[in-house]
Amino acid sequence: MTDVTDIWIYLSQGPLLWLTLTLIAYGIGDAAFRASGRKPIVNPVLLAVAILSVVLTLTNTSYATYFEGAQFVHFMLGPATVALAVPLYTNLALIRRSFLPMLAALIVGAATAMVSAVAIARLAGVGPDTLLSLVPKSVTAPVAIGITEALGGQPALTAVLVIVTGVTGAIIGTPIFNALRITDYRARGFAMGVASHGIGTARAFQVNETAGAFAGIGMGLNALLTALIAPLLAPYLVAAY
Amino acid sequence: MIQHLTILLGFQLLGEAISRGAGLPLPGPVLGMALLFVALMAVPRLAAITTTAQGLLAHLSLLFVPAGVGVVGQLDRLGDDGLGLALAILGSTALAIIAAVYTFIGVARVLGR
Repeated sequence: MTDVTDIWIYLSQGPLLWLTLTLIAYGIGDAAFRASGRKPIVNPVLLAVAILSVVLTLTNTSYATYFEGAQFVHFMLGPATVALAVPLYTNLALIRRSFLPMLAALIVGAATAMVSAVAIARLAGVGPDTLLSLVPKSVTAPVAIGITEALGGQPALTAVLVIVTGVTGAIIGTPIFNALRITDYRARGFAMGVASHGIGTARAFQVNETAGAFAGIGMGLNALLTALIAPLLAPYLVAAY
Repeated sequence: MIQHLTILLGFQLLGEAISRGAGLPLPGPVLGMALLFVALMAVPRLAAITTTAQGLLAHLSLLFVPAGVGVVGQLDRLGDDGLGLALAILGSTALAIIAAVYTFIGVARVLGR
């Protein structure tokens, strides 16, 4: 008779277990999100991450082992990003009409994200090395990491700050828009994409397809803009008082 | 389905190759998105990928879970700066959302769009 421990050892070595558990954890997160009446605070990503972190800790599993299974999910981020072109195309007329509002909101939103993040962190006494890693936090992770490397910050810290920013935006976006009584889904989606990249975009798609399309553009354009201006702006932001 | 995935992966590959080759500050998938957008306008028949694309995007959140789990293990990197960084992220994300949404609406209103 095979011991349960033997089965566990066999399964925990391959990718199947952790891939399946990632899908189950997300399924639980998504079910809780729906059961709550789609409340933004019940964020399915946050719940799934919490469940998996507890499981990894309890089973003493390393992230490297977990990622062998989860990499198949992670890999799909690439083609999904490419797929954002489809809602852009189906909303083409609306996007053409919104070109100037988007351009203005992009510049103001991107600058506000960088300047206010560094200003608040400085007031809270965060040191200059860490401030550099904070500058690109509103940008999609691969670009943000590239920017931090160019600025001389810590890429691993930026990766953390980027994900936390995405989840924060996904949670606070809808309550802010509702409190301000903003009903224009172009503007709502675009602001989410600029301020909180892919995770904000994922949240925007849960709310409204138009919002999702505009969030995707906001994310893509902010990646480009921040990559171009962060190296110029960062020395002034981080310079001595 | 296979055909649609091939198109998406093909544009990602094209994006990665151009981005690397030309040393652009954009990741391959974001450039791939821009290229597919241009291709859709030139070849409307490509819009057949819509169903697959919508299926992927409906669960975009799921795809961030593995990276999120990685972040939990790195939280101690925040060290003594944890509270300051949390305040900075909360405050700046709220401000950026508010600034962007009002700018969008303001400019749209001035232009009558």
